[in-house]
Amino acid sequence: MARMKFICDAERCIECNGCATACKNEHEVPWGVNRRRLITVNDGKPGERSMSVACMHCSDAPCMAVCPVDCFYKTEEGVVLHDKDLCIGCGYCFYACPFGAPQFPQAGAFGLRGKMDKCTFCAGGPEENHSKAEFTKYGRNRIAEGKLPACAEMCSTKALLAGDGAVIESIYKTRVQRRGKGDEIWGWAMAYKRGDAVAAGVKS
Amino acid sequence: MLLTKKSAGQVQKSTFASTINRAVGTVDRRAFLKRSGMVAGAGAFASQLPFSMMQKANAASSGPMVAADGKMEIKRTVCTHCSVGCAVDAVVQNGVWVRQEPVFDSPLNLGAHCAKGASVREHGHGEHRLKYPMKLVNGKYQRISWDQAMSELTEKFLALRKSSGPDSVYWVGSSKHNNEQAYLMRKFVSMFGTNNTDHQARICHSTTVAGVANTWGYGAMTNSYNDMQNAKCAMYIGSNAAEAHPVSMLHMLHAKETGAKMIVVDPRFTRTAAKADQFVRIRSGSDIPFLFGMLYHIFNNGWEDKKYLNDRVFGMDKIRDEVMKKWNPKAVEEACGVPEAEVYKVAETMAMNRPSTVVWCMGQTQHTIGNAMVRASCILQLALGNVGVSGGGTNIFRGHDNVQGATDVGPNPDSLPGYYGLAEGSWKHWAKVWNVDYDWIKGQYASKAMMEKPGMTVSRWIDGVLEKNELIDQDSNLKAIVYWGHAPNSQTRGLEMKKAMETVELMVIIDPYPTASAAMPDRKDGVYLLPAATQFECAGSCTASNRSIQWREKVIEPLFESRPDHAIMYDFAKRMGFADQFVGKRDGKQNIAVVKVAAGYEEPVVEDVLREINKGTWTIGYTGQSPERLKAHMRNMDAFDVRTLRCTKDVIDKETGYNMNGDYFGLPWPCYGTPEMKHPGSPNLYDTSKHVMEGGGNFRANFGVERDGVSLLAEDGSHSLGADITTGYPEFDHVLMKKLGWWAELTEAEQKAAEGKNWKTDLSGGIIRVAMKNHGCHPFGNAKARAVVWNFPDPVPIHREPIYSPRPDLVAKYPSHDDRKAFWRLPTLYKSVQEKNKDISKQFPLILTSGRLVEYEGGGDETRSNPWLAELQQENFVEINPKDAESRGIKNNQFVWVQSPTGAKIKVKSQITERVASGTTFIPFHFAGWWQGADLLDKYPNGAAPIVRGEAVNTATTYGYDSVTMMQETKTTLCQVVAA
Repeated sequence: MARMKFICDAERCIECNGCATACKNEHEVPWGVNRRRLITVNDGKPGERSMSVACMHCSDAPCMAVCPVDCFYKTEEGVVLHDKDLCIGCGYCFYACPFGAPQFPQAGAFGLRGKMDKCTFCAGGPEENHSKAEFTKYGRNRIAEGKLPACAEMCSTKALLAGDGAVIESIYKTRVQRRGKGDEIWGWAMAYKRGDAVAAGVKS
Repeated sequence: MLLTKKSAGQVQKSTFASTINRAVGTVDRRAFLKRSGMVAGAGAFASQLPFSMMQKANAASSGPMVAADGKMEIKRTVCTHCSVGCAVDAVVQNGVWVRQEPVFDSPLNLGAHCAKGASVREHGHGEHRLKYPMKLVNGKYQRISWDQAMSELTEKFLALRKSSGPDSVYWVGSSKHNNEQAYLMRKFVSMFGTNNTDHQARICHSTTVAGVANTWGYGAMTNSYNDMQNAKCAMYIGSNAAEAHPVSMLHMLHAKETGAKMIVVDPRFTRTAAKADQFVRIRSGSDIPFLFGMLYHIFNNGWEDKKYLNDRVFGMDKIRDEVMKKWNPKAVEEACGVPEAEVYKVAETMAMNRPSTVVWCMGQTQHTIGNAMVRASCILQLALGNVGVSGGGTNIFRGHDNVQGATDVGPNPDSLPGYYGLAEGSWKHWAKVWNVDYDWIKGQYASKAMMEKPGMTVSRWIDGVLEKNELIDQDSNLKAIVYWGHAPNSQTRGLEMKKAMETVELMVIIDPYPTASAAMPDRKDGVYLLPAATQFECAGSCTASNRSIQWREKVIEPLFESRPDHAIMYDFAKRMGFADQFVGKRDGKQNIAVVKVAAGYEEPVVEDVLREINKGTWTIGYTGQSPERLKAHMRNMDAFDVRTLRCTKDVIDKETGYNMNGDYFGLPWPCYGTPEMKHPGSPNLYDTSKHVMEGGGNFRANFGVERDGVSLLAEDGSHSLGADITTGYPEFDHVLMKKLGWWAELTEAEQKAAEGKNWKTDLSGGIIRVAMKNHGCHPFGNAKARAVVWNFPDPVPIHREPIYSPRPDLVAKYPSHDDRKAFWRLPTLYKSVQEKNKDISKQFPLILTSGRLVEYEGGGDETRSNPWLAELQQENFVEINPKDAESRGIKNNQFVWVQSPTGAKIKVKSQITERVASGTTFIPFHFAGWWQGADLLDKYPNGAAPIVRGEAVNTATTYGYDSVTMMQETKTTLCQVVAA
């Protein structure tokens, strides 16, 4: 069984928000809830890099560990999903998540925190595939249609890759090898060097 | 427990939301904007709304579920937001656009989309659209019927025509129209009797079109986005492709991974610059010093392509003299601020990594010397022998989805479709194609002189209203303005625009959205709004920047009461009494059929319109792209190679039986001759390594055969592959055909049609067929490119300081042009304004420049009305360097006033960033709906205001126009910023 993963190639990401919009469109996610968003470091400076972030569907997901009502579950493909009927909107998962993936729409007259919402890897939820209930609560189930997540399928530069971990890993690996193991890739050189030297393409 | 108070229409700040925001922790422009949005909301879009609100908005449908009942259809269309031409598969159920799928088969975008492309389905819902015809009555918009609107307007137009002449109405057309609509628009205004029409290309790439066409023949992108994969080096100068043409980066980043170098030259460290190997910051408006600084090193080191220059280029010696005399490294650094070593490195990288390409956009075009800047870029590429080469060329990225097509065949004030111009011969050519009587058209105009005189430009229509009557070069001032698919906030001098809008007798806005035009003027009456359909609600062709033409299927029926533009044009033509002429009905023949649609109005058949374009547009090869061929390409996109755009095997379209073997995707123009001749289209212009019937070519012979006793024709041996004539040769006409003894190869019918004609006016296509197919020769001749354009004010590109320059010392050294009395019908000022303002930088010390954001497009009325995009950018802002902010006591993300020399002041948020250098500020130009600090929400028709409104940068911009095309200066003016 394939293990589903996301990788965002920061050398290719141009922060165009195509992924975030594709997600909004496909799942009709309301204003204020951002299942996927862009993070930029060194904005406007040499060394500027962007990264598209959503739920990373962790192998050992901290959200699952902390949920007091145990609403999370994992599919055979390694996609972390949750059951909104069980969710009590407590927000523990938000504090546990290193990626800030869980989103909380306000609900009710007093702006209570509603049921948690997050990226489903376009795999729906516990309801019947393609049912109205599934769409209303979790959005579309592209995986069940044999498609990949909309964000990655529509990425403007193919920076965001989604799919079988082995396949996307080999795509990413090919790119890294082609670029050469230089300053362009993330790693020790990146971590211990000044950003402007990296952007100027100074080879060590 | 988290308690928040809810008040009507406004979502209050939630503690939890701010916790989330803190937790995200990265400070960037987007984050700060999102943050403010997350809590502020945008009125109607409260975060309390449940999921799948879209489904509810379309209660009429059975909802967006895949398995639900109702017929599912897939319609293939093309994104309407930029010129890359990204294909979209629309899933339609019961007439509702329920889903949007990527088209991986498209060789142009391989399924990829930016935020705008990923959001186009929203157009199929359009909650903030203009929903029905409206009329301003006592300061409020009231709903009226189509019939009332059309009859009242017709009456008013005809009355103005009678009292003040046909030139008293100004028709702003659109680059958002498809080719057929843009073409009909030019035809419509011609039949109304005026050349006072224009569209977005004027303020987008008019300087490119003029400068580039005058250099080597055609004013378009020479290669393609895809061909950038073949480049070994690319220099972006004045282009922020990562935001303006995001999907083009797919090809560039791929090239980069295979070793191509990428250079970005810009006043801002853009997102494109973030991806570059080398970034060079120049002072805004100093492109010529930089480019000539590069040429200095190229000539100095002998890196120029000497054989190429000898064989294919005229006048490079004059450029060399200018460069070596005036642009030594010291002068270059003084003017553009770049030290010698950096300029040298760019020149070396471009020269050592050939083929290398140059990309430019508005950063070069929108200047008073835009025409000279773009020619300097062309000259650089000629010197390096990079033009006519795969991987090289000048990759000029156009802005709108069909700005290329609208430039080619649409509403231009100085030309009939196909760059035929306005001379008597051109009119006679088109009258014949249109199947109308030339004398009838002449009778529609005020006079033959006015018929042949270029009209005013969209950048200057306000002066056509406000200028003293004795100073304008037509009888009456403008009395009515029609904005047909064009935003007002994309044009400069907002203060005067508002005044002009309040001065005209009549304003008509025909658009899917009310646009800022509906809200800007303080008027009580005399404004009409007509809802037009979007390109997803009609079929037709559009031309991407790489000249490929794609066919859009109609996705859904026009929403609400909107109607397609060509149906509105036909309705006007009918009411004004020239319906027959408009569709070419005469002597028992009719060019364009008209059908009545279910909604009750009449519509010219789009395919017939394209066939008429095919019949007349020989100059630029819009003749081979029949609707059948284009539709076959759209159905079989997978047949075309991503790197070459070519289909290299037998692929038969199931519906038509058409074999695409040999074709380039979208038959990029020029696709010469009749569709039957099966020219494959031209992927890269002027490429002599290919046969002309394989898309090859050479530079155009369009400027005579000699100059100052020097031949302008190409040297021997520099011909396209397999040409029978191996020397340079002039363009083909009936005389040359006879001289060469090729006349007999025309059929009898062709001979009859071609007698007395040249290749551009021979309606049989016979001259083209014989020259190309039988003899491998280019119908437009084989000549040299011109480094010196002697018919322009500065034959050799000359740097001139912007009219509002931050450098009085350089104004003295590089002054602007002399004032001109009648230029495009209007007096146009240069030196007098510059002289008057030479010390203005004491009061307004910061350069103000403008540009795009990825989420929005153009004036932004459409994209700011789309909730998925609007959420991402909720407020307009000014980028200001930390040093300038500190000295003004400005904190990040606070309101500031940006004041300009016109007296305008606009209120925007501060964005403190090193993206801009000290001394430069930047404001995106997509916003409108505020006026000098006040929200104009109340002035829009109810429910049709865009979700996000903000201050338009062009409210504050200043005077200044290109000396050839009237391009407005938006990229370099001055301002002061103070805390609000």
